[in-house]
Amino acid sequence: MSERAQPEAHRRFSTKRQYVLAEDKGWLQRFHLMKDDLLEGIRLYHLVWTLACSDIKLRYRGSLIGPFWLTLSTAIQIGAMAFLYADLFQTDIHTYIPFLTVSLVLWGYISSLITDGCHCFSAYDTLIKGTRMPFLVHAVRSVIRNTIILLHNAVVIVLVFVLMDVHLSFYNLAAIPGFLLWLIDGVAISLLLGTICARFRDIPQIVAAIMQVAFFMTPVMWQAATLRGHPGTESVILYNPFVYILDVVRNPLLNEPLDALLVMKALIISGVLILVSLVSFARFRGRISFWV
Amino acid sequence: MTYLEASNISINFPLYHAESRSLKKALLGQVSSRLGVDKKSRPVVQALRDVSFSLKSGDRLGLIGGNGSGKTTLLRALSGIYQPTSGTLSMEGKLISLLDPQQGMNLELTGYENIRLRSYYLGLSKAESHAFKTDVVDFTELKEFLDIPVRNYSSGMIVRLAFGMATAFPPEILLMDEWILAGDAAFLAKAKKRVEGMVQHADILVLASHSPSILAQWTNRLIWLDGGKIVADGPPMEVFEAYLPHQDFQNLLKERS
Repeated sequence: MSERAQPEAHRRFSTKRQYVLAEDKGWLQRFHLMKDDLLEGIRLYHLVWTLACSDIKLRYRGSLIGPFWLTLSTAIQIGAMAFLYADLFQTDIHTYIPFLTVSLVLWGYISSLITDGCHCFSAYDTLIKGTRMPFLVHAVRSVIRNTIILLHNAVVIVLVFVLMDVHLSFYNLAAIPGFLLWLIDGVAISLLLGTICARFRDIPQIVAAIMQVAFFMTPVMWQAATLRGHPGTESVILYNPFVYILDVVRNPLLNEPLDALLVMKALIISGVLILVSLVSFARFRGRISFWV
Repeated sequence: MTYLEASNISINFPLYHAESRSLKKALLGQVSSRLGVDKKSRPVVQALRDVSFSLKSGDRLGLIGGNGSGKTTLLRALSGIYQPTSGTLSMEGKLISLLDPQQGMNLELTGYENIRLRSYYLGLSKAESHAFKTDVVDFTELKEFLDIPVRNYSSGMIVRLAFGMATAFPPEILLMDEWILAGDAAFLAKAKKRVEGMVQHADILVLASHSPSILAQWTNRLIWLDGGKIVADGPPMEVFEAYLPHQDFQNLLKERS
C-alpha cells in the first residue's frame, strides 16, 4: 500500500507557481484576474468536457434510449407541427418542413443556451464554495452540455432533409463559421447572465419570459418573407438581434444566401455581447462566490 | 519555497436579502457589533476582521473557536475562493482544500467516475491518472463500493474518498475543515499518518476543528478565532490553556501524558 505517491509526481506539482489574491484594486487588477481565470479555464478542457458529458449521462441514467429521447421528442414535435402550420401559413410543404425543422432545432439551442446560462453559477454553488476553480469552467460546461443536446437533435434535421429530398451542397458548410461564433457568444452570454442571475434571483424568470416572446417575434415558425409589404411590423425583424444571429447558421443550411451585411450585423451584435460580458465578468468575478 | 501568508485579511458578507432599511438604521449606531456597514453604508456581516499570520514549510496550524467565529470563512479565504474585502492573501505551492466532504464530487457518479473527474481537474497525464487511481483505491479501501454511485455511500465513506483524492498526490498546502472527524478510528490513524508524511516533506496544513484532542495531536500552532478576529496565536497547549475551561484543559493534559 502506498502511503505516499511517487516523489516525481510530487515534484511535477511543485512547479505550480505563486498565487496572490488581494482586495479589489481597480480595473488593471480585475482584468488581470479575469485573464488568469480564462487561461486556467481553457487548460481544464478535459474536465469541462467530462462534466458536460456526465450531465447528459446522469439525466438519462437508467433510461432505455437515453439522450435519444431528445431526438425522439423533437421529431414528434416537428412531425405534428409541420402539417398543421404548412397549411396555416399556406406554404409548400417541401420547403416549409425543412425550414421549420432547422429553425426549431437551432432556436431550441439558442434558447436553452441563454436560459441555462442564467444558472451556470448558481446551480454549482457547492462547487464554487468548495474549491477555487476558474469560473469559465461553469460557463463552458453549460455551452457544451447544450451542444451535445443539439447534436442529438440534429439527427432530426438529417432525417427530414433525406425524406424531403433537400438539395445538399458544399455551401451548407458555410454554417460552420457561424456556429463557431455561436459557441463564443454562448460562453459570453453564460458568463454575463450567470453573474447577473447569481446576484438577482428574479432575472432567470425575466429572461425566460423574454425568450418566450422572442420565439414568436423571430421568424422561427414563420418565414421572414411573410412580413414583406407590412412596413409597420417589418421592424420586428429589423431590430431583432436574434434574426441576424439565427440566420448566419440557418441560411447556409437552407441554401439561402449569406450576404455580407447579415454577417456584419451578426458580428457586431456578437462583438458588443462579448465586450459587455467581459467587462461585467472582470468587474464582478470576485463577487460571484459571495453571491451564489 | 512553500509559504502561505494572510496579511490584514477582512471579509464582509453583504446582506442583500435582509430588511436593509431598518437594519441599516440599527447598525449605524453600533460600531463594535459583528454586523456592520461597509464604505457605501450597506449592511454586512464582518466574517473576518484584520486577520494576519504567516505559515512556512512544516507548519501545522489549527483553528479553533465557537460556531460562527470565522473558521470556515478563513479556510475559504485561504483557498482563494473569497476575494478579501481588504488585505492580501499570498502563497506559493500547490494547494488543496477539503472544506465540504462532497466538494467537487458528483453524488450521482460512481466512486471511480469521481476519481477520474478529479484527475482531470488536477490536469494529470494518462500515466499519472493511473497512479492516482491506484493510490486512491489503496488508501480508501472502498473496494466494490467504488463501482456504485457516491450517493449510496455512508458519510464516513465519502470522507475516505474525499480525503484519499485530496492527498493522493500530496498537495504542498492542505486546508481541512472539521468534517474530517467523520471517519472511524482506523481511518483517522491512517489519515494522520498520511498527513504526517506530507508534513515531513516540508508542507503546510491548516485544520479547523472543535476537538481539542485532535488539534493537540495534529498541529504545532493554534489560532483562536472569535468574532472574526484572532484572539490568541501560539503553541497549541498555551492557546488551549486560555481557550478551554479549566477542567477541560486538565483533562486534555491528562490525555496527552
